[in-house]
Amino acid sequence: MAIKTETASRTDKSGNAVLRGRAASFFLSPATIIIVLFLVLPAFWTIYLGVTNYRLTGFAAVSPEFVGLENFRRAFNDPAFFNSLKVTFIFTLGSAIFGQAVLGFLLAWVLFGLSKRVRNSVEVIVIAAWMVPSSVVSFLWIAFLNGDSGTLNSILGSNVRWLIDYPLESIIVFNIWRGTAFSMLLFAAAVASIPKSHLEVARIAGATRGQQLRTIVLPAIRPYILTDILLITLWTFNDFGPYLITAGGPGQETELLAIFIYNNALRFLEFGYASSIAAIMLGINLILSLIVISSGRKRSK
Amino acid sequence: MKNPFRGDLEKSASERVTSMLFVLLVSSFFLLPIIWLLLAPFDDQPTYRLKLTDPGFGNFRELADNPYAYRSLVNSAVFSMGTGLVIILIGAPAAYVLSRVRFKGRDVFLYFLLLFSSVVSGSAAMVPLFLLALRFNILDTYHGVIFILAGGLLPAAIFILKDFTDSLPRSYEESAKIFGASSYRILRDIVVPVIRPGLAVIFVWAFVQSWGNFLIPFIIIRDVNKQPAAVMMYSFYNEAGDAVIRSVAAFGLLYTIPVLLMYLYVNRKYGFRFYGGIKG
Repeated sequence: MAIKTETASRTDKSGNAVLRGRAASFFLSPATIIIVLFLVLPAFWTIYLGVTNYRLTGFAAVSPEFVGLENFRRAFNDPAFFNSLKVTFIFTLGSAIFGQAVLGFLLAWVLFGLSKRVRNSVEVIVIAAWMVPSSVVSFLWIAFLNGDSGTLNSILGSNVRWLIDYPLESIIVFNIWRGTAFSMLLFAAAVASIPKSHLEVARIAGATRGQQLRTIVLPAIRPYILTDILLITLWTFNDFGPYLITAGGPGQETELLAIFIYNNALRFLEFGYASSIAAIMLGINLILSLIVISSGRKRSK
Repeated sequence: MKNPFRGDLEKSASERVTSMLFVLLVSSFFLLPIIWLLLAPFDDQPTYRLKLTDPGFGNFRELADNPYAYRSLVNSAVFSMGTGLVIILIGAPAAYVLSRVRFKGRDVFLYFLLLFSSVVSGSAAMVPLFLLALRFNILDTYHGVIFILAGGLLPAAIFILKDFTDSLPRSYEESAKIFGASSYRILRDIVVPVIRPGLAVIFVWAFVQSWGNFLIPFIIIRDVNKQPAAVMMYSFYNEAGDAVIRSVAAFGLLYTIPVLLMYLYVNRKYGFRFYGGIKG
């Protein structure tokens, strides 16, 4: 550590051709201020609020009291919180890991073997699902899954009220549709980076596509698989999007953590309790992020 | 013995058929929900069904009578351009310093930047963001939303712009310095032109992210005059009924077009590879 500081200060003296000390901090400070105010401060504030009984109305609004771990105790005795945790877990596992990652990889791999024209047109469709604003896609899915005349029921010739009878399954399929583009693009880049000669040799030696996949492709892209799964898990875990389709319902069947926090905070105005849940969410995010960052570092080494 | 190549050919033919079937199936899965957005806006009696039995532009005319609808698109443009500009104006200088000046604690700074940007999500931070806006008196303001959105997007923007700047050889700047160019001129005439593609990509990225963001304006903006399209869209179908579907269809399409145009532009100009890879 000491050595590092020393080299750092030595280079500091020689400086940069264009910027020196004061100018450099002048360049850096606006971004730092915005990030500290709107990203770092809210994180700590969440944790602080989580140990108070702060509410927007009533006595606790004027002078919030420190209640220690009371909110956390309440959370761990709240069946609604456990329900939300369970729903979030199933949603993340189903839509991110088994859905987006697997489908994204299959797409990338299959398209890699097809002509450029096919590849481009399929990619455009998949990416479109990813680009359309969330308020619009949620309505598209409400229409698509509509019980009377939705497109899905028209095709199947059925009358299923998907969003009422299968709400969690519906938002899982929705989220696969919504987010697969990222995994597809990441895996496409990964597959394209495998030296062509390796695949060529395997092909000439008579390996089927399945064998090529097992022996060459999967080992080569393993680090990307890890990065992909961690990132999409992080995003899906924090996702608020399904709120626009089911608003957490019916009942609490699709009440993801983000929706649980929203309901407690901005509908019931229980900021303290909502913040303790948010703090738990931050904790889980922290663990996931630390794994992402350390695995990223290992790869770049 | 059979020709050793024959089995191989047969296998690859059947594999090709499987591949094409898979691609067809998956493409229809991705395409089907979108078709409604291409038909319903142009059908004067739209339902949830896919149809175009009463073609016309009635939905758009009806939308024009809603003073908030078009206004919300303008609001969205203000939020998105504002966020894009803030990101460029304060993110680019920061990225330049982080790329060029090895100040004490730079690596720690970068590490925490990366860590906070991935840990703090809008969902987890919505309570303090709301309270922050309340306390700073930026509830119901454009700049409130812009700063909050910028706070969330800045770290990723800085990382990408830093990568861009890292790829520019320092020797350009150093030789310009030797020839007596001022710092301002070096930045303006050498640095900015070289990282311009990066700036454009980041601007578009920040624009698209803000354009689609629902949660932040949903929390910060209460005044219907300042609501962006993302929130307006949601207020249409809260009340249910046929007239609502008409507006939602037409409005949804209008709201989507700018994003698709930007995507096509970036795709054509720079190739849509990994810059789309960062989500807010």
